[in-house]
Amino acid sequence: MLELRGITKRFGRVLANDHIDIRVAPGSIHALVGENGAGKSTAMRIAYGFYTADSGEILVNGRVADIRTPHDAIALGIGMVHQHFMLVPPMTVAENIVLGAEPGTAASLDMKAAIAGIRALSDEFRLAVDPEAPIETLSVGQQQRVELLKALHRRARLLILDEPTAVLTPQEVAEFFAILRRMRDQGRTVVIITHKLSEVLAISDDITVMRDGRVVGVLSTRETSAAEIARLMVGREVLLRVDKAPATPGGVRLQVRDLNVTGPDGSPRLRGISLDVRAGEIVGIAGVEGNGQTELIETLAGLTPRAQVTGRVTVGGRDVTRMNARERREAGVAHIPEDRHRRGLVLSFSLAENAILGVHYRRPAVAGAGGVMLDGHGIDARTDALIRDFDVRPPQRALPARALSGGNQQKLVIGREFSLPPTLLLVSQPTRGVDIGAIEFIHRRIVALRDAGCAVLLVSAELEEATALSDRLLVMHDGRIAGEVDPARATSEQIGLLMTGGGGQTP
Amino acid sequence: MSEIFTLALVFSTIRLATPLVWAAIGGLYSERSGVINVALEGLMLAGAFTAAAVTFYAGSWFIGLIAAVMAGALTAAVLAVACIRFGANEVVAGTAINILFLGLPAVLSGALFLSSGSTPQIPQENLIPAFADVSVLSVLALAVTLATWYVLYRTPFGLRLRAVGENPEAADAAGVRVQRIRYAGVIISGILAAVGGAYLSVGQSSLFTRNMAAGRGFIALAALIFGKWRPVPTMLACLLFGFADAVTIQMQGVAKLPSGEDVPVQFVQMIPYVVTIVVLAGFIGQSRAPGALGVPYVKER
Repeated sequence: MLELRGITKRFGRVLANDHIDIRVAPGSIHALVGENGAGKSTAMRIAYGFYTADSGEILVNGRVADIRTPHDAIALGIGMVHQHFMLVPPMTVAENIVLGAEPGTAASLDMKAAIAGIRALSDEFRLAVDPEAPIETLSVGQQQRVELLKALHRRARLLILDEPTAVLTPQEVAEFFAILRRMRDQGRTVVIITHKLSEVLAISDDITVMRDGRVVGVLSTRETSAAEIARLMVGREVLLRVDKAPATPGGVRLQVRDLNVTGPDGSPRLRGISLDVRAGEIVGIAGVEGNGQTELIETLAGLTPRAQVTGRVTVGGRDVTRMNARERREAGVAHIPEDRHRRGLVLSFSLAENAILGVHYRRPAVAGAGGVMLDGHGIDARTDALIRDFDVRPPQRALPARALSGGNQQKLVIGREFSLPPTLLLVSQPTRGVDIGAIEFIHRRIVALRDAGCAVLLVSAELEEATALSDRLLVMHDGRIAGEVDPARATSEQIGLLMTGGGGQTP
Repeated sequence: MSEIFTLALVFSTIRLATPLVWAAIGGLYSERSGVINVALEGLMLAGAFTAAAVTFYAGSWFIGLIAAVMAGALTAAVLAVACIRFGANEVVAGTAINILFLGLPAVLSGALFLSSGSTPQIPQENLIPAFADVSVLSVLALAVTLATWYVLYRTPFGLRLRAVGENPEAADAAGVRVQRIRYAGVIISGILAAVGGAYLSVGQSSLFTRNMAAGRGFIALAALIFGKWRPVPTMLACLLFGFADAVTIQMQGVAKLPSGEDVPVQFVQMIPYVVTIVVLAGFIGQSRAPGALGVPYVKER
């Protein structure tokens, strides 16, 4: 159905795809796996015409295809659902689906025919969604259905799905896989890009593994194992679990009582959150993204305008509710933000400058009477220590943060926050966009910090990470704590039920 | 007060709002496609000068109007190439066009008519006709507004235009040619703004004078924002500004201070501008611009 031959693609100095060959058999579900930055998305974006390859050729149904724009790919029966949805939020479902392939004439858009066609497709594939609802009122799961309908409306025979399960609860994943199987059984072909091994084994027929821009393995799902795929992805044996001793919690370090937060538009984001985190324990928060986790962490870090917050927050018995971010840092609250590019780093600053953000006003970053001058030697010494202790590569403090890989950027942020030193760590998506090697390292450091007596509040959209690291696990839904589970014993079905707001309190 | 609020005021409002409607609806096409258009002023001047000069030679307002439309389209095409093809800053490129058309008509009128910025008088019978004091172009302005509503919400082109202005990447992924739609949006804006300009020189007046748009392009831009980038509210906003202008004219020499003296004319002339400021400062907070307004769409290749 689809074949890439010798595709090579460079972005500046980075070789994103190095002579890769991928063969996707018609009527199969093909998994393209690899770590972040392995080049999976680039390869598929080339097939969809978003990028053009520097060399190599694409074959569709055995014939060489000249795909320069998505327009060309669509004409060849290729559809793609991107990791970040390609939807226009103020427009309706139907408008989004027909955009670029509208029924009716140039002088008159036949919206009735569009809606009828969408209803028929919805029924056929059991993708329930209201065609007349604006996109911005839909949940992410519903938006994904719209993306699928968009491809089906264009009569796609080959569907490329980039990390489609990242935004779904375990139940939704099961439903989603059923839909994919139905599509395959009707003769369509599916390429699914993912890094989740359990999903690869559950859904695919064939597997292509990529690492560092190259194809390193072509496997048949029936004849392989998670361990083999992981070894190919990383290039060495990896530990697929977190080693940690049982927690020995001390006194309550963080106490949150009846916390309510509204968005800038006045809509409620957190509704009466109360929770405790003790010294020496990791409390995890699971949930589908966008259910208030971001607001919770940012509010605790002092980043939400005070007028939008009611309730009470204490750290080590001190009321910090009215404190700003700097005062909270002084009180020992460290924050590893979910988006390191937006909140964690100034990408054009050097490693050294980034290493002192937030502590830039005190020693060792400043020197002299009154501390008005930056102290180059103090900053360098601190940065070198950080680079050494957190294995930041390459170890050059003058390099801009932009030049580092995602994993090394994250280690820089973590090193800075850990050296505060914190008594309470707020950490959100600690390993997003980080390679497996660095994930192990980051997990070990968080557990070590806990063992040293720090309280940790962890938000992760990766359910496996949240259950592996946490000593207690809370599930958030719609701005509330939907329930608490024992991460060592709860099944993903139990947690998934809480993530969708059903189930209430689980024992 | 009855001396101010008369039937003449209604006609005056329509007359003064007409060029604003043309320019603002023009701007709507550009901005809905995601390209900021601060060049409306310059596009109006291009239309006004071309219309007057060509009408003078050809002796027909219709030929003058066609020429104005072509001048507007050409000028807008320059802006479009700069902003869309080469990713120039839209505000800077638009301002350059505004400045260009402060000077260019003066140079050309010097060469063509040996004058310093204006064209000769055009005979009354060669001007755009009006019926019962309402110009043909005023009626057409209403028609263009309604047609724009239809195009925007009832045609594939309108759907694509809106999508490109909100989220060009999504439109691209859906197979829409983003650049092409944006070129179309900007060029349509040039055409419509130039008609507004032509109305100034060969409709309302009978010659082109230097800088005769006098900020109307910017007021049209304000009306577009106040109208939330929607055709009918934008037209109503233009009527509001036209009304403020009309009141200003009627009040001069009529409005008296308690002491019996005239209100100084400078204060009366402030009214349209004060209305603009109050309206924009007071209501703009509720207005939501197209999501990708002012964001060039440059693909990584």
